[in-house]
Amino acid sequence: MDFVQNFPAVSILLCLFAGIISSGLRKKAARSVNIILILIVTFLSVCTLFYTMGTGEAFVYVMGRFPAPWGNEIRAGVLGPLMALFFCVIMLLSLEGGRKKLVDEVEEEKTFLYYVLMDLLLASLLALIYTNDLFTAYVFVEINTIAACGLIMIRQNGRTIEAAARYMIMSLLGSGLLLMGICMLYDLTGHLLMSNIREQVIYLYSAGEYRIPLLVTIALMSVGLAIKSALFPFHAWLPDAYGYSTVSSAAVLSSLVSKGYILLLIKIIYRVIGFDVFYNSRIIDVLFAFGLMGMIFGSVSAIRENDVRRMIAFSSVAQIGYIYMGIGMGTQAGMTASVFHILSHAATKSLLFIAAIGLTDVSGGSRKLVELTGAAYRNKWAGAAFTVGSLSMVGVPLFSGFISKLLFSQAAVQNGTKMLPALIVLGISTILNAIYFMKTVIRIYTPVESGKYKGIQFMKMKRYCLTLVCFVALNVILGVFSQPIVDLIEQGLVMFS
Amino acid sequence: MGANLFANYGEAVAMILFGIGFGNLLLQSNLIKKIIGLNIMDTAIYLFLAEKGYIAGRAAPIVVDGVQSMEAYINPIPSGLVLTGIVVSVSVSALMLSITIRLYRRYHTLDLDEISLRLKKEGL
Repeated sequence: MDFVQNFPAVSILLCLFAGIISSGLRKKAARSVNIILILIVTFLSVCTLFYTMGTGEAFVYVMGRFPAPWGNEIRAGVLGPLMALFFCVIMLLSLEGGRKKLVDEVEEEKTFLYYVLMDLLLASLLALIYTNDLFTAYVFVEINTIAACGLIMIRQNGRTIEAAARYMIMSLLGSGLLLMGICMLYDLTGHLLMSNIREQVIYLYSAGEYRIPLLVTIALMSVGLAIKSALFPFHAWLPDAYGYSTVSSAAVLSSLVSKGYILLLIKIIYRVIGFDVFYNSRIIDVLFAFGLMGMIFGSVSAIRENDVRRMIAFSSVAQIGYIYMGIGMGTQAGMTASVFHILSHAATKSLLFIAAIGLTDVSGGSRKLVELTGAAYRNKWAGAAFTVGSLSMVGVPLFSGFISKLLFSQAAVQNGTKMLPALIVLGISTILNAIYFMKTVIRIYTPVESGKYKGIQFMKMKRYCLTLVCFVALNVILGVFSQPIVDLIEQGLVMFS
Repeated sequence: MGANLFANYGEAVAMILFGIGFGNLLLQSNLIKKIIGLNIMDTAIYLFLAEKGYIAGRAAPIVVDGVQSMEAYINPIPSGLVLTGIVVSVSVSALMLSITIRLYRRYHTLDLDEISLRLKKEGL
């Protein structure tokens, strides 16, 4: 066994230990531990990524000394380390961008807890990416939920506590369904390791036994994870949770937490149920339909919103809809587009949240769109970054959003029956996106007379501006050098099963 | 189908309880009732697991009197899953209760809808 094969397990354990150690540290130390941790995990992910690219196949790492049907396993292909690397970068940038706001909004003696929660969140995300065991996945889903709830609540006001309560309730409904699904699947197959379940599912499917229980199981797990990742009819908790929590939390929640659940769903589709069995179950059409509805209704709600943070939050609903539409197409191309959109949306949405906070800060802290008039002149860097994010979301070439829209439409064209609805809704949704994002961009670039609010200089917030530059660079990299990444994703999806 | 349902009455009861708990968690507006619903839902899953893991006429997998034959014991994995699940649901219930306490201290009500109404009036 090569040394590199230890890295995924080590990175999960490091995060857990960092969380435990940080809970006994002072604020500054907890912050340093968190930054060092993210850098180490980034490095480990890069090593793992290059290793798996070199060998060209996924490897299985046995936790403890128990072999396959009994023990717990970790499995890493190309896709896992790629996602881990990406999540680490986004988390680091989101934390850096919202650091100043965090100091203002969270009580001094509680800041170290924020970093504890971040460490645990990273641990659970990595575990969701790497694990090969369904029940382990469930346990880390719950850790993820609890950490996310803490991230919403750490800024104490009535709104955030109410949002956290609503978030917890929806998440618990989702994880209840997921757990029920996992238990039923265990009863049907007698295994908890994903690869072993797959063998049994293939056998059951070809023998034609237990058709209805298998269908119910697939439905329970898909719906459970759809609830947790805020697919359209289950998104009621989302605007408050993203809109009122501290800005780093909002960026991390929208770009990482919901994506972790979607990745788990993709993993279940490929590695547990099997793509063809899932495709034949018709659940896929349900996901497709709700994805399409989410794309429209999310954007319509965003247009009606006049609070900038809530508007960006509602836009997340639409983007989650895109991802489920891609999954729902039931083709390899659709799945590739979805995974690319996970990356592109994560990079763009966190950029938008971080840039929006720069704009509201120079508008007297008000988040109303009216107050934001001319904000881009008062904070030039945030204005430019917000514009880049908006253009990317709308799908202008050069930026990452364009590539994901392109991939989605290519996937739609290849799919006979779903082509028309997918393309029509893509078109409508793009126009709706353009309406609310361009409306905001035009507003922040509308000049105002006499300074009601004061502008801000570059020298006063160097780190914030550098973060924004990194975000923009990430977006452009995804948009311009997309082909190698798309190839990697395709290769990773093949290794996934 | 009716005969099957009767033979597996334990699982059927677990499913009904799951439905009751799910409905309560989703539809009740009182936070404490929601948490009770959550616990009913989780417990129903554990009942389902325990029912599935039990094999009639066998004992819990604890080796006494040197009996080591596999035929003597029930499947131990569902019991392990139930234990893990209980740990998760205890921590989640504790978190929900603490959120409830915070909301009650602030708004002196347990009704989530009323809290939302007041938040809208405050216009934060």
